Amino acid sequence: MLNLLRIELFKISRRPRTYIAFAAIAAIVFIFQFAFKADGQSYMNLLLQSVKDTFEFERVRAINGYFMCYIILNTLLIQVPILVALIAADSISGEANMGTLRLLISKPISRTQLILVKFAAATIFTILLLLWMAITSLIFSMLIFGVDDMLIFRSKGDESQILLITKDDVIWRYLAAFAYATVALTVIAALSLFLSIFAENSIGPIIATVCIVIVCTIISNINVPVIDKNVKPFLFTSYLVGWKGFFYIATNSEGIPIKGSVENWPAIRKSLLILLLHIGVLVAASVIIFKKKDILS
Amino acid sequence: MSTIIRVNHLSKQFKDTKAVDDLSFTVNEGDVYGFLGQNGAGKSTTIRMLLSLVAPSGGEINIFEKKLSTHRSEILRSVGAVIEKPDLYKYLSAYDNLSIFARMSGVKITRQLLMKQLQMVGLAERSGSKVRTFSQGMKQRLGIAVALVHDPALIILDEPTNGLDPQGIADMRNLILNLSNKMGKTVLISSHLLSEIELIANRMIIIHKGKKMVEGNVADLLDPAHSLIQIETHNNDAAREKIKQTKWNSFLQADKQLRLMMNKEDVPQLINDLVAMQVQLLSVNSSHSLENYFLSLTTLPGNVEPFAN
Repeated sequence: MLNLLRIELFKISRRPRTYIAFAAIAAIVFIFQFAFKADGQSYMNLLLQSVKDTFEFERVRAINGYFMCYIILNTLLIQVPILVALIAADSISGEANMGTLRLLISKPISRTQLILVKFAAATIFTILLLLWMAITSLIFSMLIFGVDDMLIFRSKGDESQILLITKDDVIWRYLAAFAYATVALTVIAALSLFLSIFAENSIGPIIATVCIVIVCTIISNINVPVIDKNVKPFLFTSYLVGWKGFFYIATNSEGIPIKGSVENWPAIRKSLLILLLHIGVLVAASVIIFKKKDILS
Repeated sequence: MSTIIRVNHLSKQFKDTKAVDDLSFTVNEGDVYGFLGQNGAGKSTTIRMLLSLVAPSGGEINIFEKKLSTHRSEILRSVGAVIEKPDLYKYLSAYDNLSIFARMSGVKITRQLLMKQLQMVGLAERSGSKVRTFSQGMKQRLGIAVALVHDPALIILDEPTNGLDPQGIADMRNLILNLSNKMGKTVLISSHLLSEIELIANRMIIIHKGKKMVEGNVADLLDPAHSLIQIETHNNDAAREKIKQTKWNSFLQADKQLRLMMNKEDVPQLINDLVAMQVQLLSVNSSHSLENYFLSLTTLPGNVEPFAN
């Protein structure tokens, strides 16, 4: 298995399309950083407009590395599924398209092994992509904008809320958030891999993955009680942004944030569990279907 | 001489199409076994079933005297194959492609081994070049190197001369003959060209619409003196069993009809023997030579009722 995984990673590393995702992330992060360096105060004024009378905070201090990373993640983690799909959706369909699938299957490796290795490789790619995001959006932002206490803007029902996390209480939250995002994006990788089994070129599964993510995201954002109760809890898109939960710090009875706390641990645990369940079902379905599939490409 | 491939009553149904229909044949150790049939006859589907790419709808495949369905990995470790086009990773070099597939075959690789393999197919000087820059002939040779890198005992080549120029075809022919004569490999090669099989194979089978038409030694099958004798009796199954007990067994064709590929001169003797065995004959017919017969298959697709004159 390890030998196969090494081969798979070698193949991914040699494909130019692999680096498109890394380049895209770097470009978006750089544009954000440049824009905030040039005119971050306007953005901050806009954000603090509604709460300026009730919240005391130096606006210059608010734009720091931690805050920048949060803003970037808020935007990027919605688009990254497409980048993950670029590689994962190519797993089987790409081999079928190149004609190498029949050669792979005629080797003394089982189809189960092949699917598991493809999934593992897609997961590693996802981890590397998030690691790159962490480097560019967090570490580079810390270097460019410095480090300070972190402001979080949160919509809670009809109200807007601002939370303040002290700078010595932030890094672990980012580590946890990136770990959560890895699990969330691995669902996308598993979905792409599953769709990849049915196609003989990678365009179809990439488009199908993106369409599913878009449709499910729209459904996840529809506020209708019947959907809230019967549909949303089962959609993986309802949990893709669950990483934000690590930044929703708990407060005491006087409204003062409690250092090292998270408002709703059970919700985070439940989200993670549902995402892991999606991964398990999608990978198992991929194995079962692929084992029975006639390779005619 | 042991049996390398034994296929029994193999069939494959794709929705409403029967691609392979009750096919049985054997390939012996050291054979260059020609698998002949027009396009769409079921050759590629059969080969894909031999390599476990396609699951049979019925029947059994034994390779190295082991069931493919239960000993897949063990069997495939000793099989090398080029299936239709030799498609490889175009964005990788010849060396990287060879290295990847060698490792997948479970071979402990060294640079020396890989370069030796590339040298054998005349690609050593292009080992670092990307496959996308290769001609069809070069890709085909690299495909052969990939098929041979783990030193398999059985080599399966599906239409290996497709898309090659005359020199490429001659090179491929020499390579296959070398594999058999000098390296003692067993080779199963499919083709739609009788002339190609005639030059390299010692045994062959012809299939048409998924069914076996004829199987035997190439020299015997192509001998103009040989004809296909079709016998009709009151009970063909019983007659077949009786023939199996006689010297005529080696001429008997393993298909549903009662047919023997044999010298026409020997037909009176065959009839005498059948009468002596109390087989009630209804008719005995002689068909075209194999070459004419195969020509009729390839020129009149769909309109042929094989061997039924």
